[in-house]
Amino acid sequence: MSRRPRDPHHNEKIAAEFDPAADDGGPKLSRRSFLKGAGAAAAVAGLLGVQPAAADDAAPEPPLAGAAERLGPGPATFKLRINGATRTVTAEPRVTLLGVLRDHLGLTGAKLVCDRGACGACTVHLDGAPVTSCMMLAIDARGHEITTIEGLGAPDRMHALQDAFVAKDALQCGFCTPGMTMALSAALEANPNPSPAEIKHAIAGNICRCGTYPHVIEAALAAAQAARGQA
Amino acid sequence: MAASSSNGFRVIGTRPIRHDGVDKVTGRAKYGADYAFPGMLHGKVLRSPHPHANIKSIKIDKALALPGVKAIVTSADLPALPDKMEAAGEQAINLNHLSMNILARGKALYDGHPIAAVAATSPHIADEALRLIEVEYELLPPVMTVEDAMKPGATILLPSLRNKEDGPDKETNVAAHLQFKRGDVAEGFKQADYVIEREFKTAMVHQGYIEPHNAVGIYNADGHATIYCSTQGSFVVRALSAAVLGIAEGKIKVVPAEIGGGFGGKTTIYLEPLSVLLSQKTGHPVKLTMTRAEVLRATGPTSGSTIRCKMGATKDGKLVAAQCWLAYEAGAFPGSPVGAGAMTIVAPYNIPNILVDAYDVVVNRPKTAAYRAPGASNAAMASETVLDELAEKCGIDPLEMRLMNGSEEGTPQTVGPPFKRIGFKETVEAIKNSPHYKSKLTGANRGRGVASGFWFNVGLQSSATVNIHTDGTVSVVIGSVDIGGTRAAQAMIAAEVLGVDINDVRPTIADTDSIGHTDVTGGSRTCFATGWAVYEAAQDCVRQLKERAAKLWEKKPDEVVFENGMLSPAQPGGELKPMSIKQIASRLARTGGPIVGRATVNARGVGPAFATVCVDVEVDPDTGKTQILRATIAQDAGKAIHPSYVEGQMQGGMAQGLGWGLNEEYFYDDRGILRNTGLLDYRMPTCLDLPAIETAIVEVPTPGHPLGIRGVGEVSIVPPPAALANAIYHAVGVRMTELPMSPPRLLKAILKKRAAGEAQAAAAD
Amino acid sequence: MHAINYEAPKSLDEAVKLLAAHGEKARPLSGGTDLLIQLRAGTRRPEFVVDIKQIPELTRISFSLQHGLRLGAAAPCISIHENSDMRKYYPGLTEAAHLIGSLQIQSRATVGGNLCNGSPAADTTPALIALGAQARVIGPKGERTVPVDGFCLAPGRTVLQPGELLVEFHIPAPERHSSDAYLRFIPRNEMDIAVVGVGAALSLDVSDDRVVEARIGLGAVGPTPIFAAEASKSLIGKTLDAAAIENAARLAIAVATPIDDMRGTAEFRRHVVGVLTRRTLAKAAERAREANQR
Repeated sequence: MSRRPRDPHHNEKIAAEFDPAADDGGPKLSRRSFLKGAGAAAAVAGLLGVQPAAADDAAPEPPLAGAAERLGPGPATFKLRINGATRTVTAEPRVTLLGVLRDHLGLTGAKLVCDRGACGACTVHLDGAPVTSCMMLAIDARGHEITTIEGLGAPDRMHALQDAFVAKDALQCGFCTPGMTMALSAALEANPNPSPAEIKHAIAGNICRCGTYPHVIEAALAAAQAARGQA
Repeated sequence: MAASSSNGFRVIGTRPIRHDGVDKVTGRAKYGADYAFPGMLHGKVLRSPHPHANIKSIKIDKALALPGVKAIVTSADLPALPDKMEAAGEQAINLNHLSMNILARGKALYDGHPIAAVAATSPHIADEALRLIEVEYELLPPVMTVEDAMKPGATILLPSLRNKEDGPDKETNVAAHLQFKRGDVAEGFKQADYVIEREFKTAMVHQGYIEPHNAVGIYNADGHATIYCSTQGSFVVRALSAAVLGIAEGKIKVVPAEIGGGFGGKTTIYLEPLSVLLSQKTGHPVKLTMTRAEVLRATGPTSGSTIRCKMGATKDGKLVAAQCWLAYEAGAFPGSPVGAGAMTIVAPYNIPNILVDAYDVVVNRPKTAAYRAPGASNAAMASETVLDELAEKCGIDPLEMRLMNGSEEGTPQTVGPPFKRIGFKETVEAIKNSPHYKSKLTGANRGRGVASGFWFNVGLQSSATVNIHTDGTVSVVIGSVDIGGTRAAQAMIAAEVLGVDINDVRPTIADTDSIGHTDVTGGSRTCFATGWAVYEAAQDCVRQLKERAAKLWEKKPDEVVFENGMLSPAQPGGELKPMSIKQIASRLARTGGPIVGRATVNARGVGPAFATVCVDVEVDPDTGKTQILRATIAQDAGKAIHPSYVEGQMQGGMAQGLGWGLNEEYFYDDRGILRNTGLLDYRMPTCLDLPAIETAIVEVPTPGHPLGIRGVGEVSIVPPPAALANAIYHAVGVRMTELPMSPPRLLKAILKKRAAGEAQAAAAD
Repeated sequence: MHAINYEAPKSLDEAVKLLAAHGEKARPLSGGTDLLIQLRAGTRRPEFVVDIKQIPELTRISFSLQHGLRLGAAAPCISIHENSDMRKYYPGLTEAAHLIGSLQIQSRATVGGNLCNGSPAADTTPALIALGAQARVIGPKGERTVPVDGFCLAPGRTVLQPGELLVEFHIPAPERHSSDAYLRFIPRNEMDIAVVGVGAALSLDVSDDRVVEARIGLGAVGPTPIFAAEASKSLIGKTLDAAAIENAARLAIAVATPIDDMRGTAEFRRHVVGVLTRRTLAKAAERAREANQR
């Protein structure tokens, strides 16, 4: 499955209201990014199941110029872009992105399962691409747009995929579900019309021990169809 | 309500949306490791790097001096417990062994055995502290296989272990020898035209639930403790933790979190008492979570085994005798499921002469725990492949062979008493009639295999409360954790009885202080026993609703009829209009107060489960790699409450059984160290390794159960390894007798057969 | 995990200075998909982690038919299989990069990291060996070029000296009828670590299907990835028929020195080296015949 170029403002289209603790008060509208993102936003709105929300200028960390940056070994304070909002985090360099999400920010949807990127349960999006958040340092995520399952869709405004997971009962214990959903949502964004084989490839790195794969594939197909129908 | 009529139901048998779906797909559902409390510390466990060693000393001073470290505990901090079977809550268990598995006492008995636990202000500091604990070990030879453990003069793991046969003076690694006998096998084999005897070895495997074990312990100064954890049995956690800690059971409250899979492996304790002990020492909440390596090294996988199976049949296919010998790895402490293996190995068949010997053997591996129909898959790998060979000898279709000899109502079980109404033959018929079995399989190196399996299921105790709220909605409170559809199924039973909409029923899983005793979500018992309790509790509500209506109408309760959620006078006509539950719910205060339906059950008359499966494979003869092309399972569910969840259990168990058959295994090196402690090398099936498993639900109601339910959680894992072995034989002509049938093993067998064929051809020239 | 210092140089100069100053106390960080596992397990305990992803030379992929390929050591695998030149001219290396872990891992993991980790089972290394890739290394004493087939010394050990950094790979421009392939054997259908990996690159004279150039790399069948020199040489000048392929497979087996471990027995691995050498050569040949690179 090949990826399409990603909309750089992907995350801003995900409403950030669920995250009022964001220290910049959540995304704000700027004319420039709004114009830049508007067309694509309309296209993905159906897939996301949400209206494009206000987007801010989203300037990440200022480009680091000059001498090499040094941090640690004690806690460092840095900013991360998570679910469309800027969050200030104080953490040691050894803390992983998953560690920051779960232990510092209370975003416990991504799960720690295998400690080595072998199960997919901690999958989040990094600039729209799926990554295992247990396998990267949090400071290494600076300057990127991170989306977690909490930012994909909220109970009252679920992503088409989340709706389909419930409707198709694509979960038994539910523990692999956030990672599975994130892997699939990235895949659907890259390829809105996937074949079952392409869906399987997208979740080959996500282990479901309850054996619910066929329902997951069904849900992904249904979500893709629903998104295309709305587009 | 007519229990036996499948179309007599309004809610049961439908497929409503689960109540916990939205929380789980939006990442909001709280699993054990998701809990956090102010001031919480993080715990880590130091584990033995040796499989067998005396612990000479443990020095903790350097670790305690590390800034951020708040407490360190060893077995010296736990009370000594009697080395004999004692009651702990509802089970009989050797408490000394249980305690020694929480923290090693004097001896380390497996790679990963807990030695000490640390609480610190961050998980990283706790981790670093582990490196500073100094343990002096005296290494002992590891005993890794049942063969080595049973040899005369074998190194002894537990000096106090004795078995009845060898008497009180003999040190041994054999914890128990069981025997089951019927008829006379020597005479039986004399009647046989064909006798097949094979020896099988199956590897230790893990349940592989993806959520690692976790616990948050909060000890209060008043002596009470609360444990948040992901478990299949909150009451078991309470009873066992209380026993290990020497705290009264009633002083511990266990709050069950959502659970990310268990499959039997979360029916005992590991971290829970440590979280309380560390909290007691520090005065802070303490959270412990395992890494994947810890889960694999030091929780309870299921036994590897050696099984010899000999079966005889007359040439017209009648089974006349079976003799089996089973030895199962218990792990470091007694308690393998070998008894279940012995009692299931030939249970699907009516064989007049049987002799089954079973040995529970301790080895330097982690103490085994339950895994979906514990012990039965190993056993079925042996008997179901030997049966396939006999069918081939007799020239009879393997499914016909099973129908000819299949157990039915009245057939004596291995343990003696006859089966009541069971659905074994119906599952065989369902496979026979399935589109899969009727389809033709063509192509080189392809083969089809079938196999069947039996599992007892259990009943045990459950409690349920059903509340009618003033707005007419209903809450169902149970003590069974929801591991894959329990909420929905229980709500459906209440909705069925009360005649209300499923969306008006809210199921809740309560902590141990808020509901009566409820045994584990395991043994395929939850829908059967907790469902029974919910059924009775809802009936209790109906009785009270009738009383209230009678009061309003100034009639006797037996003059009120309840049907489809409506209360009406038994004598129609007159001015009294039927009332809905909603209508009467708004008038509860005026008719005597709230309505709370209650029921407890100690469920008897459990209905055993049977399944039959069919698998098509294609083998790459150059590499020994097997691809599963198609798979179908038929299983007797008694009565499927929520068919999707029944199918989910069938598919899930089969997926695990297929993984067990092909690639999963514990790989210990020569020194007894587990090498594959991650999910890249402990190879559970990915979505690319499994076909979409087809299902056929068979419904032969369990006699005596108000809804006819049979447990469905386990038997699906029993037949798949044997079915794969049979399919591989029919694909490439080799009979596999070792699990897993991984590419190196299968290739070796294929090359051996090829060489033998070439030698034969050369000799013929 | 132990406490670490994080440093992120912006230029090669800076990176070399930092690495030289820290010596063995430092470890470069690119995708981190091996390093983080080692830090967590305590098998490597560097005081300094030097993030090299902000250095432009390390993440670029540039290709031309004149100069061949320059592949930055820290370019993520996903950028390789999303690159149309890579897919067209180096399909074997591309498929190797597309086999490492899951898509989630490929978003982060790098070919340079795969090599520097020093695992004999690294998927991209046999593919690089087959392509005759050269590694450009920079260090306190200046620059040097090391052929990838001599880069690994032992499991977890490479030619890199303390303070040295792998910058990029250089792979020659493809000949007119040339191509490559990589196949690995794993028990499952994805995710596993290679039990055996074989990379092959072939250049053909299509007029008579004769082999002009051939290189075969083997993975997971010795303490380091292996260049099967004899097997490669045996093909040159030959018509690529069954006998030639069989002979090359036999010679490839002869240089394999596998061990028994949790992923397979030595006996199994030797057998599969033969199977995969045959299959990989056939696939590379099929691609080379169809290729028309200029």
